Amino acid sequence: MTTPALFAESGGSTGTVFNLQRCSVHDGPGIRTTVFLKGCPLACTWCHNPEGIETAPVLMLSADRCLSCRMCAEACPIDDGGAAPAGEPWERSRCTRCGSCVEACPADARELAGREYRVAELLEAIERDRVFYDTSDGGVTFSGGEPLAQAGFLVDCLRECRRRGLHTAVDTCGLAPRETLLEIAELTDLVLYDLKHMDPDRHRAETGADNRIILDNLRALSARGTELWIRVPLIPGFNDDPENIDATGAFLEVLPRRHPVCVLPYHGIAEGKRSRLEEDAARCELRTPAVELVDEVARQLAIHDLEVSVGASP
Amino acid sequence: MRERVKRLRQRSLEAHPSVSIERALLLTEFYRENIGTYPQVVLRARAYHHLCANKTISIGDDELIVGERGHEPKATPTYPEITCHSAEDLRILNSRPMTSYTISEEDIERYERDVIPFWNGRSLRDRVFDQLPEEWHRAFSAGVFTEFMEQRAPGHTVGDGKIFEKGMLDFKAEIAVAIAGLDIATDFEALAKRDQLEAMGIVADAAILFAERHAEAAEELAVAESDPARREELERIAEVCRHVPANAPRDFWEALQSYWFVHLGVITELNGWDAYNPGHLDQHLAPFYEKGLNDGGLDRETAKELLECLWVKFNNHPAPPKVGVTAEESGTYTDFANINIGGVRTDGTDAVNEVSYLLLEVIDEMHLLQPSNNIQLSRKNPDEFLKAALEVVRKGYGFPSIFNSDAVVEEMVRQGKTVEDAREGGTSGCVETGAFGKEAFILTGYFNLPKMLELALHDGVDPRTGEQLGPRTGDPIGFATFGEVFEAWRTQVRHFVDIKYRGNHIFERMFADWAQAPFLSILTDDCISSGRDYNAGGARYNTSYIQGVGIGSLTDSFSVIKHHVFDGDSPTMEELIETIDSDFKGRETLRQRLINKTPRYGNDDDRADDIMVRCFEAYHEIVEGRPNLRGGEYHINMLPTTCHVYFGAVMGAMPDGRLAGVPLSEGISPVQGADRQGPTAVFKSAAKMDHLKTGGTLLNMKFTPKLLEGSTGIDMLTGLVRGYFGLDSHHVQFNVVTAETLREAQADPSAHRDLIVRVAGYSDYFCDISRELQDEIIERTEHEGF
Repeated sequence: MTTPALFAESGGSTGTVFNLQRCSVHDGPGIRTTVFLKGCPLACTWCHNPEGIETAPVLMLSADRCLSCRMCAEACPIDDGGAAPAGEPWERSRCTRCGSCVEACPADARELAGREYRVAELLEAIERDRVFYDTSDGGVTFSGGEPLAQAGFLVDCLRECRRRGLHTAVDTCGLAPRETLLEIAELTDLVLYDLKHMDPDRHRAETGADNRIILDNLRALSARGTELWIRVPLIPGFNDDPENIDATGAFLEVLPRRHPVCVLPYHGIAEGKRSRLEEDAARCELRTPAVELVDEVARQLAIHDLEVSVGASP
Repeated sequence: MRERVKRLRQRSLEAHPSVSIERALLLTEFYRENIGTYPQVVLRARAYHHLCANKTISIGDDELIVGERGHEPKATPTYPEITCHSAEDLRILNSRPMTSYTISEEDIERYERDVIPFWNGRSLRDRVFDQLPEEWHRAFSAGVFTEFMEQRAPGHTVGDGKIFEKGMLDFKAEIAVAIAGLDIATDFEALAKRDQLEAMGIVADAAILFAERHAEAAEELAVAESDPARREELERIAEVCRHVPANAPRDFWEALQSYWFVHLGVITELNGWDAYNPGHLDQHLAPFYEKGLNDGGLDRETAKELLECLWVKFNNHPAPPKVGVTAEESGTYTDFANINIGGVRTDGTDAVNEVSYLLLEVIDEMHLLQPSNNIQLSRKNPDEFLKAALEVVRKGYGFPSIFNSDAVVEEMVRQGKTVEDAREGGTSGCVETGAFGKEAFILTGYFNLPKMLELALHDGVDPRTGEQLGPRTGDPIGFATFGEVFEAWRTQVRHFVDIKYRGNHIFERMFADWAQAPFLSILTDDCISSGRDYNAGGARYNTSYIQGVGIGSLTDSFSVIKHHVFDGDSPTMEELIETIDSDFKGRETLRQRLINKTPRYGNDDDRADDIMVRCFEAYHEIVEGRPNLRGGEYHINMLPTTCHVYFGAVMGAMPDGRLAGVPLSEGISPVQGADRQGPTAVFKSAAKMDHLKTGGTLLNMKFTPKLLEGSTGIDMLTGLVRGYFGLDSHHVQFNVVTAETLREAQADPSAHRDLIVRVAGYSDYFCDISRELQDEIIERTEHEGF
């Protein structure tokens, strides 16, 4: 599943961003802008940003907003199988992602997730909330997708942020070449590191890739002294069993350094997005874990002498 | 909360507002016998004395702080000398579904017999309407502007520290000095000043008499009381009422009781807007609190109990009932007394003290409709104070609201006040800036800014009536540039501000000549030393405001015109006007495009925000600095109370996609639902307006409780508030409630009677506000899921 091409230098100066979330308070300290970069080497079944997996922009269609006015069809350069109102057939594979239908749609029912940004342009957008970073000790978080999938762009952005004195965090799944990850760690103030499952087979089955590199990378970052928050997404039926939680705790306990652990209960926000991507909503049938389960997991992890919190920040 | 307070609070919640005709009967009786006998100001003072000498004294069970404006809690008098309710008005008040005031048929009949005939043609409202020009009446009925003083007196003012440092006898001594200093040989106004000062002396005596009557009543109750603990309390009440407000208060209890008598004095004399309020209560009470703790006369819990007894008093005093359109403008029981907490002292140092935190606890425990309350947040105040306030905000009562104390001070200094007077000031009513105890800052009415665009798009014709209401500014179809549309709008604004301004002079003159406020004058520097009335320029500062409403709707409509009609290729101006005139019938696709594909205010998008700034600056330039009759100047502020609902109701569809009759945007908030970039973007957009050029702006933000959970939620709000205030903005308030909860309350009001929401500059019971306003609050963007 890992595509080495994803880690190729992306030219340094431009990157594909599918969302800029202002006033984000769950991806690092303080008030932040979270920059969602396109592309991910994993394809987790529960992914809450499914529109971010693919490298290229993708079209999302909100059926409930669609007026069936056909302006999209009129604007689409493809005659046969081109853009069409919700419920009507079209060929997604033929879409060139030119954005004409998005521009034409009066109801904002169509959205192209992913657009190109230059570093300077992105920084200008980030700077808009500077006053709030200053009052809350916040900053910028690069997330995705997997931000290291556009490593060259990410490096350029982090350098520029550092030059401007902006606090940065990188939210990563950890699946990246070691040297790239270490370079990023040099340039950022905080790494949010996802830890999904301790069993390689289970990991591969639900995310599309083995966890060996991920675990090794985490050890290396910890040894390097990187400021890390470990994030455990709690997916019922996948990683909430006591064996896995115990193994997770045991692994974290013996890392070179001790890091705060955040348990992130699965939430159903991606359901709407999947339908907008016209993906099978039943790709995974998940429910939000019960409060008791979340507390129990947090307690189990804490047995390993870890600082555990529920929610996005310690 | 102590049991006593629980009982008092419960009784206050259960008491329904009613009309008390006692004041009208006594006043009419006095006027009828004495009219023509005294100079007007002395007549008013003597009438006030007559009220204080004869009105019913009410001391309720459990009470520690005593005194009512009516004959019982929530009994609200009328002010026939200002506006005389007709029998029909009273019947409507009794029966209307929202904000009703009960009154018996017997009282209505008595009112019809003994009150109405005397005031017919004599009440200020009757006389002033005759004097106003035809153009004023036409604009007023078209919903171009409203008029604050057609039913209530000027007021909008707040007490300063002297109320807690002096008694009425001290003020009388000052009055005597002022009279002694009058010299008719050198001062041609000396006789008028003598009348004014004599009147002030009479009302000071009246306030003392009123307190003494409470002392007597308490003594009588004490004799009959079988419970020794209550007997002791009644004896203490009598002792307090013998001492204040005649003399300066000596302890915490006396300070609160003294303030309350002063408050009652102001709201009995006239029905001035925003009642009255003690201003920086924490600063005023701190010396009494510390003294009490040191000498053992007070403990923290007793201080809190006394404060909570005062809170019940505020809640027992609903706003005087209005009639006609004014009831729609602000249909609420709230009388806008707004306690200030925090801020800075007159020397500029951090004013937060132990009483500040005590007051926040009181607000939290009581969560009553009244008094409104706010924190004045200075950069000098600790985050701990802000966070303590935000803990209360998070409960979802809609208060305290939060003001940028440093900006408030700067606004006043810009207007020419000394920095010390500015620091002693703060905000009152909804969000209005003022120098407490020294300024008459009069709101004169709301101004419908989007209506001016509606007129500009119809060559001055009001599309609702087909009448040529405004000047002919040209057929917009012929306009070649956006600038021409903007100029047409500006011309309409100037034309109607001129009309409003001329009308305001007539109201000012009427109140100066016929409805003097000698009691309020005692409390306001420099009325005694200048020998002039509060309503006639006696205050140190005399400011008039015209409040701009609907800047979000206006901006978005202009943005549509700029970006689609002129910079884009469709619709054309002709199509646009045709479309809004048909209320977008059959044009939903176009409406959606205008809503979704236009840069809109509230998204930190300069393409829209620059238009907002341009509109704001134009309005500011048109109003700013005009002289008023009281020797002061005009300024603007940007707040709607609930007037954006009324102004929306008198307008057709707008280019921004708003349908006919729907409320306009509120305060300086974006159009409901237009902001899509989250709260930081709203704050950034709003801060592009130069708040320091105003006397107040109002920004409403709504959060669901979930977002504010835990320390993350409080830290986020802290960062947001500090960030917004760092941009020199004036005010923000947070509604913390889910839309779901609000819908439930709409469906089943009886189960949600206690649900308080932030409406505009104040909080109200959700079930007491109109359906349209309820819908609008539900619709206001919920900043969810960021």
